[in-house]
Amino acid sequence: MELLEALSAKFNYWIYVIIMMIGLYAMISKNNLVKKLIGMSIFQTAIILFYVSIGVKEGDTIPILYHDQVHPSHGDSHHEADTGHGEDHHPSHEEIVANLHIEPDDFANPLPHVLMLTAIVVGVATLGVGLALTQKIYRDFGSIEENEILESIKSAK
Amino acid sequence: MKSFALIAVVLTGWLLLSAVSDFPDWGDTESPANDYRLSQHYITETFPETSVPNMVTAVLADYRGYDTMFETVVIFVAGIAIMSILRRKPLDHLKDKGKETRTYKKDPDLIIDTTCRLMIPIIQLFALYVVAHGHHSPGGGFQGGVIFGASFILLALSRDLQAAQRWVPEKRVLNLAGIGILIYSGFGFACMLLGSNFLDYEILHKIMPATPIEARSHSMLGVEIGVAFTCTAIMFSIYSNLASNGDMKETL
Amino acid sequence: MIDQSPAIILLAPFLLAILLALLGIKREWLCFPLVITGLAISVAASVVTLMRVIDEGTIQYLFGGWEPPFGINLRVDGLNALVALAVSTVSLLTAIYSKRAVPAETSDKVSQFYTLYLLSVTGLLGIVLTGDAFNLYVLIEISALTSYALIGMGSKRATLAAYKYLIMGTIGASFYLLGVGYLYIKTGSLNMYDIQEQIVANDLLGSPTILVAFILIMVGVWIKMAFFPLHAWLPNSYTFGPSTTSTLLGPLVTKVMIYVMIRMILTVFSPEFAFDQLDWSNIIVWMSVIAILAASISALAQTSLQKMLAFLIIAEVGYMVGGVWLADEMGIVGSIYHIIADAFMTLCVFLFAGIIFTKTGRRDLSAMEGLFTKMPLTMVGFLVGAFSLIGIPPTAGFFSKWYLIQGGISSGHYEYVAALLISSLINAVLFFRIIEIAYFGTKPAEGHGHHHEEERKDGPTEASFSMLFPLLITAALLIGIGLYNQEVVAIITDFVSQFNIGATIL
Repeated sequence: MELLEALSAKFNYWIYVIIMMIGLYAMISKNNLVKKLIGMSIFQTAIILFYVSIGVKEGDTIPILYHDQVHPSHGDSHHEADTGHGEDHHPSHEEIVANLHIEPDDFANPLPHVLMLTAIVVGVATLGVGLALTQKIYRDFGSIEENEILESIKSAK
Repeated sequence: MKSFALIAVVLTGWLLLSAVSDFPDWGDTESPANDYRLSQHYITETFPETSVPNMVTAVLADYRGYDTMFETVVIFVAGIAIMSILRRKPLDHLKDKGKETRTYKKDPDLIIDTTCRLMIPIIQLFALYVVAHGHHSPGGGFQGGVIFGASFILLALSRDLQAAQRWVPEKRVLNLAGIGILIYSGFGFACMLLGSNFLDYEILHKIMPATPIEARSHSMLGVEIGVAFTCTAIMFSIYSNLASNGDMKETL
Repeated sequence: MIDQSPAIILLAPFLLAILLALLGIKREWLCFPLVITGLAISVAASVVTLMRVIDEGTIQYLFGGWEPPFGINLRVDGLNALVALAVSTVSLLTAIYSKRAVPAETSDKVSQFYTLYLLSVTGLLGIVLTGDAFNLYVLIEISALTSYALIGMGSKRATLAAYKYLIMGTIGASFYLLGVGYLYIKTGSLNMYDIQEQIVANDLLGSPTILVAFILIMVGVWIKMAFFPLHAWLPNSYTFGPSTTSTLLGPLVTKVMIYVMIRMILTVFSPEFAFDQLDWSNIIVWMSVIAILAASISALAQTSLQKMLAFLIIAEVGYMVGGVWLADEMGIVGSIYHIIADAFMTLCVFLFAGIIFTKTGRRDLSAMEGLFTKMPLTMVGFLVGAFSLIGIPPTAGFFSKWYLIQGGISSGHYEYVAALLISSLINAVLFFRIIEIAYFGTKPAEGHGHHHEEERKDGPTEASFSMLFPLLITAALLIGIGLYNQEVVAIITDFVSQFNIGATIL
């Protein structure tokens, strides 16, 4: 079935959207201020997972070049200044680049990782400010249930 | 309210999923995002252009360094915001001038205290390693800064807030955070003063003993150190403000 | 140095914010000079950039020396430069006003307030100038986080308003982020101009992903600009926060979000897609008509001055969204001109409300009794702002309504024209009510008059120079922008005409 095929090949998107909607529902409908913030955290985490899953490639590894790609230890380095470090001849940067061969499909796409570093930080910052506001509200109103706070505002008028 | 929320959530979910049939499959190497010249350039040209093997750090600190600077500012803003919302001077009768008092917490538990005393220096050493090796292994300024800040939080948890504040009193925290961002923008302004654009590290080879490409690598390390300073300071500041409810006297 | 001018616009307040955070805690006398220096440099740089754009056309500034899309760039054209100039000028005027207000209202946190103030302005300027879609998200979050904190520093009710703003603002920004993610999945690029090229090159205009991305970005930006019915966060936030906060955020945040909407429609998704392919002009123009009318009627029912002004902001947002979605060249020109005019109009009336609050300590409308005699210059400033909001020549508000009405007629959306005229009438009722209270005083004025003459020494005297000066400058600017509207509209029309919007037949 087409639906089954859509589900299995793109299951990652389905999962993340469902988690996002759970978070969004908590943000809108819960009465307790802290529960809303937990919903916000779930929502933002699902967005982060969504982005990272875009950059996955079949059979790839982390987006860092292999050690022996950037420090070729044997073969075509013909510096005679062998300082006795074993195979560490310190070839120059140009030589390494000239002999470098990188297969793009070996490495995961680095761009979503970079974007999500930023998004994680922004999420933490917003959560921190939200919790500080919640603490101040508790200090001022004595409750963190939204309906109780609105009642106390109405009765204080 | 709940039924309205449910309808809104279902509608949004349906909207988001309606495009899924158009998306590339999981793990597709030919997808537009993976195939486009942007990612290809980042994967193949990072090492020739910046001599840094870790592509994520290179993109973060060099190609999109402007974005990262503002990310650091976000952390800084969060710290200042929480401080400005919550912080209050303790009431007069609770103020003890000039006396380091530990009367707010019971005596530290022996097992926890000993374990943390052994762990904390190792955690800090590891944090420094993560910052310094951001070019060659997963790591960088944010990660290392958070780990370092966590070591202070561990100290505050195992003993009490005063013990941790002897290492990072409030004034020093703010200074550290500000100096971190000044280091980052200092690199940028140095580039501007030497005649190039903001954050164009290549021009810094005139004041560094390195080739233009290596100057990029060294500047990346410099800005990552700035980011680590800010992260450390603000992590601890957020913890101390939230946990002590603004008083800075006692925590959980 | 001249070719660094786009970057200096936002680096000057940024650098001075950090210096303020470091130096200002112990030395409070340093805060005000640092703020004024930063914003003055920013205004100068934006004037230079505007001159450069008029001479050379679109200018680009590459951060890190990398060409887009590999690096981030600032892309400044006619639209950007004008809005950046408006933002920096409004911030400078508000900063001058704040010299008295901030120590009075948030006395123990002056340096933190000013740090957040400058960082908020940096965020807004960054949103206006950037050319990269993900960078826009980071800067939206900076301006949002600083706004939450600036509002939360007010009274008790302000904290609850800030919390509600936080929840709704995060939903809006996250929808925007999701929209950018959908665009990235399909095009692989993050640079605004490059996304446009990729959409055209890969012929993606019909794909459902791009459609969903457009909807997500639009809804996210609508939440952040308080487009009815997603406006619930705005009235309380701008009423209970400190008066400087409302004066800074009220004129700027919603207008910058409208700029984001225009930029997304024109540069990222081309006007052909937004206006021809999706035939939503009718629906959205009707939505904005409802927004204008609902907000204006709610404003009539308010007794607090700042809440009334907050609802007027929501009505103005309705004007601009409707003006853009008329799918007509004159409509978009009118909307862009209205962004600039409205920033100054709203600044004018919010400055007035702040002065009233500082002098009398009260927020309700009856605090303005007999002010014509006691504070004549303040009332003159307020009159210019009020006339501009109503739409009386030669103020800028008249000309912006003129262009919007022209757009409405030429695109055939007469309901929009009707809504504009009705809301101008309602504004007239609102403001003449205030002018009447201020000039004549209401019946029980005798008892009240004596009462609040004892509150401050000799009753409210004329506002101090630091508060009066920005108000009068703003009033002068409103008249100036109105009289020189031809020049401003020429720059805007230059920018808009490259998109061939009028050529499409509805």
